[in-house]
Amino acid sequence: MPPPEAEFRRHLEGGRFLLQRSRLSGRFVFPPRTLAPGSGEDELDWVPASGRGRVHSTTTVRCKPPAADYNVALVDLDEGPRLMSCVVGIAPAEVRIGMAVRARVEPGEDGARVVFEPER
Amino acid sequence: MHGFPRGRTAVVGAATFGVGKAPGYEAIELAAEASRRALGEAGLAPRDVDALFIAQPQDTLATLSFAEYLGIRPRVSDNNRSGGSAFLLHLAHAALVLDAGLADVALVAYGSNQASASGRLLQTSRPSPWEAPYRPLRPVSSYALAAARHMHEYGTTKRQLAEVAVAARHWARLNPEAAARDPLDIDTVVNARMVSDPLGVRDCCLVTDGAAAVVLVRAERARALHPRPVYLLAAASAVTHGDIAGMPDLTVTGAAESGARAYAQAGVAPADIDVVQVYDAFTINTILFLEDLGFCAKGEGGAFVEGGRIAPGGTLPVNTSGGGLSYCHPGMFGLFTVVESVRQLRGECGARQVAGAKLALAHGNGGVLSSQATAIFGSAETL
Repeated sequence: MPPPEAEFRRHLEGGRFLLQRSRLSGRFVFPPRTLAPGSGEDELDWVPASGRGRVHSTTTVRCKPPAADYNVALVDLDEGPRLMSCVVGIAPAEVRIGMAVRARVEPGEDGARVVFEPER
Repeated sequence: MHGFPRGRTAVVGAATFGVGKAPGYEAIELAAEASRRALGEAGLAPRDVDALFIAQPQDTLATLSFAEYLGIRPRVSDNNRSGGSAFLLHLAHAALVLDAGLADVALVAYGSNQASASGRLLQTSRPSPWEAPYRPLRPVSSYALAAARHMHEYGTTKRQLAEVAVAARHWARLNPEAAARDPLDIDTVVNARMVSDPLGVRDCCLVTDGAAAVVLVRAERARALHPRPVYLLAAASAVTHGDIAGMPDLTVTGAAESGARAYAQAGVAPADIDVVQVYDAFTINTILFLEDLGFCAKGEGGAFVEGGRIAPGGTLPVNTSGGGLSYCHPGMFGLFTVVESVRQLRGECGARQVAGAKLALAHGNGGVLSSQATAIFGSAETL
């Protein structure tokens, strides 16, 4: 198996958000691992994430001006896993728990990252 | 199969040093002075210690450096680093080691100069690669996410969070050793500068220096070393996750597991506990832990703390030292919950003394609600 974290990042730098899925149970795994948590199965396939999810919790990180406040959120993916990310495209304080969101891959100086936008 | 050695070990020394500001001191010096004082209460010297338990903020090999510092060669040593809960895990290990006869005198110690050295909370772990791209404040944003979810599910309010901070401050005002003793009211907490919503700066623990140490021996020897030994009736822990995204339920902590195990070990129920110390790094912690430790139902913690119920004069004395919010928070607060429990059961607490306290619960938290550890202490009459 290729190193899971590096494999995830390789796809991400190509603009693709992938999850691992257990071949045996069909359960999705995130963050990427060498084994399925609990069972220890090592047959994990990389599959594209649907990108759909809902905000499970949200916080606005307050900054001293001129730096702008920003959002940090936990998002429940439709596939099951929960991840830390942020909701962009609306004011941080407008992000609501339960809000439907969709992922996109955002390039950045420190590497690409998955962010979410409100579902239209 | 004998289970936890309920009441078969006891604390015979419990001390603090440098609480608040201790400018110029190294962290190891603070831990050493707290240890000297704790050992001194039992008429013991460093050379008597043969089981050493310590976790320092930045020294990841602290059992080695501290053993050398004390001039001892411990038979048992444990540098468990589960975060601020580590010292309660140390207690559990110490009780087993002493009861098995593998060692005779256990010292649990901690010291930090973070306020004087850096003025901010020192990070003891690497940022998670799954969090770093989103720049959460460590650790406050993780606790803020838990608080926001608790508010969403149960209608918990910012004023209820503020009740926790105000109760802690009222206790601190009765504690001459406490670092924050100015008056504090609900509106001031609610209107304080926001840090990571819904948590404002008065929902967050202090940043101070400070050190603590406790000494344990087997119960049969305890009375010869201290006139009022405090018996360890239970010590249990649980780990539920690492990063906040991995927490199975943001509104239920591992305290529900560690607490249940501790009550079973001690043979007591929440209603029996006279005085409670929980690791209140943030105001939401106290609400979560009071629920998970069975002092109120899940979701009712906000209403429970209203009206000064956990403040001086309330029905349940919680964080009588002033807690991490107002007594001190030198990076890892866990051992201070133990020292205050011991002081309450000895009846040493002056204006903040809970009259007739016989059973005390100390609860430690590590990581971002990740590690939970519960200890229950009792006076001689609880044996």
